[in-house]
Formats: sequence, structure tokens, C-alpha cells
Amino acid sequence: MRLLNLLKIAFKAIVLNKTRTLLTMLGIIIGVASVIAMLAIGEGSKESIRSSISNMGSNMITIRPGADDRGPARGSGGDVQTLTLQNYEVLKDEATLLSYITPVVNGGGQVINGSNNWPSTMYGVNPDYLKIKVVDLQSGSMFTDAEVKSASKVAVIGQTVVDNVFPDGQDPVGQMIRFNNIPFKVIGVLEEKGENTFGQDQDDVVIAPYTTVQKRILAIDHLNQVMASAISEDDAAEAVTQVTEILRTQHKLMATEDDDFTVRSMEELISTFSSTSEMLTILLVAVASISLLIGGIGIMNIMYVSVKERTKEIGLRMAVGGKGADILVQFLIEAILISITGGILGVILGLSATVFIEKFLNWPTSVAFYSIVISFAVCAITGIFFGWYPARKASALDPITALRYE
Amino acid sequence: MTKEIIKIEDLKREFTMGTETVHALKGISFIINEGEFVTIMGSSGSGKSTMLNILGCLDQPTSGTYDIDNVSIKDLSRNELAAIRNEKIGFIFQSYNLLARTSAIENVELPLLYNSKVTSEERRERAIKALEMVGLGERLHHTPSQLSGGQQQRVAIARSLVNNPVMILADEATGNLDTRTSYEIMALFQELNQQGITITFVTHEPDIAAFSNRTIILKDGLIMQDYKNHKVLSASEQLAKLPKEEPVL
Ligand SMILES: Nc1ncnc2c1ncn2[C@@H]1O[C@H](COP(=O)(O)OP(=O)(O)OP(=O)(O)O)[C@@H](O)[C@H]1O
Ligand SMILES: [Mg+2]
Repeated sequence: MRLLNLLKIAFKAIVLNKTRTLLTMLGIIIGVASVIAMLAIGEGSKESIRSSISNMGSNMITIRPGADDRGPARGSGGDVQTLTLQNYEVLKDEATLLSYITPVVNGGGQVINGSNNWPSTMYGVNPDYLKIKVVDLQSGSMFTDAEVKSASKVAVIGQTVVDNVFPDGQDPVGQMIRFNNIPFKVIGVLEEKGENTFGQDQDDVVIAPYTTVQKRILAIDHLNQVMASAISEDDAAEAVTQVTEILRTQHKLMATEDDDFTVRSMEELISTFSSTSEMLTILLVAVASISLLIGGIGIMNIMYVSVKERTKEIGLRMAVGGKGADILVQFLIEAILISITGGILGVILGLSATVFIEKFLNWPTSVAFYSIVISFAVCAITGIFFGWYPARKASALDPITALRYE
Repeated sequence: MTKEIIKIEDLKREFTMGTETVHALKGISFIINEGEFVTIMGSSGSGKSTMLNILGCLDQPTSGTYDIDNVSIKDLSRNELAAIRNEKIGFIFQSYNLLARTSAIENVELPLLYNSKVTSEERRERAIKALEMVGLGERLHHTPSQLSGGQQQRVAIARSLVNNPVMILADEATGNLDTRTSYEIMALFQELNQQGITITFVTHEPDIAAFSNRTIILKDGLIMQDYKNHKVLSASEQLAKLPKEEPVL
């Protein structure tokens, strides 16, 4: 009953000072909204990285020539030629924790069909590639081991290539294309995968037997990469160790020498990326928290001014029977109402901003429920904390001192 | 037997300001019985407000005793004093002290908001009744800025009445008002006094004191005179005798 009255009193005071209240709230609103939006951006990019990486095959293991430079999005190993077909064959025979394995050679070039012309990348692989990349064909078929052996000029192409060199909508399967002027017969089309995390179009590829690509397109003996997949996701780390050991023996490396190749599992890649985006999230949240803190200081400031300004009113309330606790609770309720209303508006604004960012800026976002809870709690706590001090001061006044205050 | 509403004995109040001590009250004793209408007079700085603030439990004496309605306030806590102010005392200020931008009825309801025994319907009812008593039944929802000084003071009086206090304390309640309005307010006080409410009224003006049945005159923190007024004037009659306001041409 008494609390209800105090709630009424506090509410009335807020309504009487609409503009000031709104300005105070603005700090809280912006603080809470930015915490939520920033966390949503952070979480969103983390999630999209994770999902698109595991989309690429979560068991996947990549072996590149050259020492580990910890750069996540490295090219094809540059000029380093330490990875050979022989390495691949030994791995294929000896690495028991791998279920699929393919050599990879790749090179850029023009795909031509009649007058249609499209720059793309050709990947020379074996049929295991589809299993490793977890990708299917939407039409036609994959080339066979026999075709690899005979270095046949057959190719499987991605949707982007189809769209650009077969713009009339004809079925590409069975058609001839030319890649860097070498004719290839299209025997299949990959299902669409869209862009990966790094913004790379996964459908802008031409896949052909690695033998063909090595000999006819690139004229090289070494491999750009070996891709494999572990027998299970749990075995990925173990498989990395196994592959490393086999390759070290192959390359006759001494115990003191560093690896001249890099073996990475997807898990590792995911964590590298996650930690990068985590850093980003922490940074964003730090900035947002500062604005939340400033919002809290705003509340304290306004409550402080409010108490000063309303000292006479406090005196009157005491003169007609308001107890110190009543005054304290009234001002505390005011502070809490301001911060909670600000918090609610902040959550709404933060969620709208998130939707906006997702829709119009095409940034992946993911609103974490905990971010709502945390920012809301922080703003309620700042409200109570920053409201308490001036309220405490007000309640300790003597009625006559307060009444005489000018 | 008459009931003692106020009983003070050797009341002293000192203010210390740095090294200086101001002796505002130097030992005052008197008793005010139920139903009395007492005016307190004295020159400026004689200690009238200081004394009234103590009587209203807004301030504490430095020494001496004060019993209100037979309760000694000496040993009461801050909260108990607040309850006394809420339930036993109606205080009226020279400067009205109404809440700005707040309607008359809400201003009058204020003391009841701090009394948890009063329900919200009862609160509204009593506030309306109090405002009707002071003749503002038609002005319930006007805010102070929409009321004249006299009307604002009436709202303040209604606020002091709403808790059914045992006494009303007024510090120069007519000090900001013209003669006519002052007389109107005094007529109202006389009416309330007739209904049995004890009134203690601080004023500068002897003509106002003539409406009370007892006058205490302070000088330099001491009682100089304390006398019964045997020829109490009726404020409403005096009001009728005032020259009519000249019509504005
Ligand atoms: N809070 C205070 N601090 C210091 N001195 C005070 C305080 N309140 C009152 N006094 C002093 O006490 C004395 C009595 O003051 P008080 O206000 O009671 O006079 P008063 O009779 O009401 O005068 P007035 O008719 O002008 O209102 C004065 O000398 C005044 O300066
Ligand atoms: Mg005074």
C-alpha cells in the first residue's frame, strides 16, 4: 500500500519532468541498444564463420606446402614446392585416420564457350574431392578414377560458371568448353554453395582431374595442396598429428627442424577465426559498455540535480509526514523507473538496429539472449546504484533544513 | 477537564554558526489547551518561526521539554516524529509550499499518501471534503499557477486539515495576502476553531491577533506577554465592514 503510493508519487514526478527524464533515458537507451547491437554483430559473424566453415566440411584437413604462417586465408602456397604427388600417395596408403584424400592443383584462366567468356579458377583434384568438400552434383556425374589416370579433358563446373558461359539456359552437361584454350567436356554441374565466410564464391570453379590440370594447364609436378578428411570430426586433431608425422618422415626433417608444410584441421581454422571475431566482439562491447556507463552517470547526474532542485519539495513532503525512507524509496523508484524504461526502450532500439543491420547492410547478426539480460541488468544496477546516493542524501535531510533550502 | 494539546517547558533553541551562537529561544514555557486559538506575535527575529517549527516537530529544541497531545517528543525517532507530523499536526507556511504543476486535489491528498491506513478512495473523498470546506470545491483540478495567492493558501489550509489534525500551526499564513483576503482566511480559521480545532497562528499584525482568543508576545527569545483576549472580533463581520472595492472605470 505504502509502496504503491510511493510508486505513484515517483511516477508523477517523472511525468512532471518529461523532457529531463527523456534526456536522462537517452543515455541508457543508447547504451543498452549499442551493447545489444554490437554483441549481435559479434555473435552473428562468429556464428556465420562457424557455420560456413563447417559447411565446407568439418572433418576437412588441408595440407599446404611451406611453414605455418598462421595466416588464415592464405593462397596456394606460393612458390613453395615441397608438396609432391609422392607425398600424397604415401599419405593415401599410410594415414589410417583419413577417409578421403585428394591432391589439389589450381590455376586461374578464362572459361570460354563460343562468344561467352568468364575468368575462373580450375581445380585439379580426384573424385574424393566431392566427399571432402561435402558437395554434390546437381546434374551429370563426377569424373572417375580411370579418367584421372588417363588425364581426360573432362570438367565439372560450378553454377556461377554455368550462369556466365551458358547464359541461354541450355544444359551444360555434354557441352564443350575451353579453359585457357584447352577444350574440356562438361560432364557435371556442382550444386550451389554460395559465398563462403571470406566472401569467396564457391560456385565459381571448374573441377577437372588433377592429372589433366597438372600436365595440360599448369605444367607442374608439385601440388598446391592436399585435401583430406578425417574419418570423424573427433579424429581430426589426431589425424593432423598423424599426417604431420608421415610428412616429416617423407621430407626427412630432423627433430630440430620446423615443418616445411602446414597441416590444418577445420576445427583449428574455426577457432582461429572465432578468436579473431571474439576480439572484435570484446572491442565492440567495451565501447558499448562505456556508453552504458556514461548513461549511468547521466542518471546519477540528473538524480543529483533533481534532489538539489527539489529540496524544498522534499522538506514539504517531510513536513506533512513523509519519512526519510519514503523519500529514499521515492527517489530510488524514480531512478529505477527511468533506468528500466530506458532499458526497455534500449532493448527495443537495439533489436531494431540489429534487424536493420541484417536487412539493409547484409551483416550477419545473432541476438544473444544473454546480451539482453546483461545489458538490462547493468542498466537496472546503474539506476539503483547511481540513484541511491542522491536519494540517500535527500532522505537524511532535516525537514526544516530542506524547507529553508534556496 | 481541558486537554493539553501543547505543553512546553523551558524550551531553548540555539544555533551555532561557526564560533558564534545565536540564542533564538531562551527558555519558553506555556500550555495551549484544546480548542484555543492562539496568536504569537513579536518583532522580526524574536523567535516566532523558530518556536513554531519546534511545535510542528520540524525542528528539535536544544533543551527543554515538549509534549504534544500528552506525548513527549523528546525521545521520538525521526520516523515517529514524521508520524506525529502526519497524524497530529497541520502546518501552514507563509509561502504556501504547494507542489508546482500539481492539481489542488493532489496537493491536498499529499499528507494522506504517507498514511498507509487511508485507502485511495477515502483519500480522494477527504481531499474533496477539505477543499469544499475552504470554499474551493469548484477548483479541484486547478494547479497552483492557475490560482490566486489567497486560493493557494486555502489549498494549503485544506492540506493541513485533511489529516484531521489535533492542531493547526500557521506561520504568517496571511503575510503574503491583502487585508480583504487575510480577513477571509481568518474567518475560515475562526470557523475551523469553532469546530474544535486548536490553532496556533504566528502574525505580525495586531488586527489579525484580534481575531484570536489568546495572544503570546515574544521578544528576543522570551515571552514578554501572554494574555487572554476577552473581546474576540468576528473576522466575517470585519470583512463586511471593509470598504467595497472601487469599481474599475
Ligand atoms: N537556521 C538558523 N540558523 C541560524 N540562525 C537562525 C536559524 N533560524 C533562525 N535563526 C535565528 O534565530 C532568530 C529567530 O529567528 P526566527 O526566524 O525565529 O524569527 P521570527 O520571529 O520568525 O522573525 P520574522 O518575523 O522575521 O519571521 C534570528 O536571530 C535568526 O537569525
Ligand atoms: Mg518567521
